[in-house]
Amino acid sequence: MAKQISVFLENSSGRLAHVTRVLGDAGINIRALSIADTSDFGILRLIVSEPNQAYRILKDAGFTVSETEVIAVRMPDSPGGLADVLDQISEESINIEYLYAFLGFAGGEALVIFKVEDINKAREVFQKKNIQYVDAQDLYKM
Amino acid sequence: MAYWDQDKECMSRDNLEKLQLRRLKETVYRSYAFVPTYRGKMDAAGIKPDDINTLGDLGKLPFTTKQEMRNNYPFGLFAVPMSEVVRIHASSGTTGKPSVVGYTRRDVDNWADLMARSLVSCGADKRSVIQVAYGYGLFTGGLGAHYGAERLGASVIPASGGNTQRQILLMQDFGSTHLACTPSYALFIAEVMHDMGIDPASLKLKTGVFGAEPWSENMRTEIENKLNVEAYDIYGLSEIMGPGVAIECPFKTGLHIAEDHFLAEIIDPVTEEVLPEGSMGELVITTITKEAIPMVRYRTRDLTALAASECPCGRTHVRMNKVMGRSDDMLIVRGVNVFPSAIEAVLLSIPGVEPHYMIILERQDNLDLMEVQVEVSEDIFSDEVRKLEDLNKRIAKELELNLLINVKVRLVEPKSIPRSEGKAVRVKDNRKI
Repeated sequence: MAKQISVFLENSSGRLAHVTRVLGDAGINIRALSIADTSDFGILRLIVSEPNQAYRILKDAGFTVSETEVIAVRMPDSPGGLADVLDQISEESINIEYLYAFLGFAGGEALVIFKVEDINKAREVFQKKNIQYVDAQDLYKM
Repeated sequence: MAYWDQDKECMSRDNLEKLQLRRLKETVYRSYAFVPTYRGKMDAAGIKPDDINTLGDLGKLPFTTKQEMRNNYPFGLFAVPMSEVVRIHASSGTTGKPSVVGYTRRDVDNWADLMARSLVSCGADKRSVIQVAYGYGLFTGGLGAHYGAERLGASVIPASGGNTQRQILLMQDFGSTHLACTPSYALFIAEVMHDMGIDPASLKLKTGVFGAEPWSENMRTEIENKLNVEAYDIYGLSEIMGPGVAIECPFKTGLHIAEDHFLAEIIDPVTEEVLPEGSMGELVITTITKEAIPMVRYRTRDLTALAASECPCGRTHVRMNKVMGRSDDMLIVRGVNVFPSAIEAVLLSIPGVEPHYMIILERQDNLDLMEVQVEVSEDIFSDEVRKLEDLNKRIAKELELNLLINVKVRLVEPKSIPRSEGKAVRVKDNRKI
């Protein structure tokens, strides 16, 4: 399990630049990100090197921030790798809220961040099905 | 039916109007002669006191506003020398200077009389024990109610506001039959009483005389149930006199305005046009007996409507509806009156939504569009788009149900809505009309 930092953003120019600049100035590295957007607003989701610190400085900078538990799943970086994982998850009726890929992971493997409805159930299923997921501390250091 | 001054309260309309015209003419003469601001405005409008020959001529006179009171701070609108002034009150202004009013001996005498009249209308008599929990001081509520209750011959408990547990002990030990305070304070007293485990039915308290702020019929029901009293609405404002300008009778179909002392009109707050009886608009009051500070066509900013139909109580004075809002913050969107306070009430009824909002009005293709911007606090933020969109829809739906117009809700970042010290600016009207 890992901590994702979620940030509320208005759809106006410069907002994303501002968030990333605040993190960059604090020496925090972004490891993975995705943006969900509507016509009026967006939600920026981040995996960063120092989630607790990132949460605090973004909050101090005036953003609405929350911490969300997600799971980083390892899978072969080859055709069908993600499909195999998703098949196994759906067999167990785990509802996925959203997912996105981790940046710059090497060694013939890919890493995908999952936000699921029931994280404890997902973890059990992963263990049962031998799906590999990455510990939080390892993830932030990657 | 009990009256304090049956001759005046039930006067025939003919006689009342004769009295009103005589008093209006006196007021206009005195204002013109002794108040430079009034003389300047009348001269500018080309009106002389001699031009006022019927009650209908009232409409020729310029309005007086709160701003003019501030401009004349503190005593500029007084029509008598300070040696004739026996009392000074001031309204608590949220911005700028307060408005200051003075009373001659006859003014305080009339006021006590009108307040006694109001208390009798609420069923009080000399055997009543009246607990005055309006604040005493520059605010007119406390002393206004106090001297009226004394004039009536009732026993007055000058409790003033605050110290709620003591208020309740006074009710228990002194046997208060009437409570005079703001409706919101009455509700608070009821809650504290509940927390103290005191059953209001065990008290002698039977009647509440509540005013100094607008309150709804729902609030009346709530107070009556929680405090086990019959609740009456009393209207007044310091600029005109203080409490006792208008009072409900036992039939509660509006508040009888003391027309032997005050003339009431309803105007469209935007065009300033006088509206026919029954129309909703801004209440304008002219004092016709005030000596120290006569008010000619004072714009109260309170929104109400007048009803002249006969009242079963026998009083002939016109009735005003319960005040439903203030015209200074009313918006008209697609012909519908919208109050920022109503929007605020809806937002606050949704858990987690904070009272930081901004109303933006635009006009596109001759159609008004209203957008309400709401700041996203951590309490309502979610990392899932669906949840935020659901929240957005829920706020929009609640607003539509309450305001009866379509509203676009936009979620915005915290602190993006400008804060202000003092009165907050809640509306940005970009309509070019």
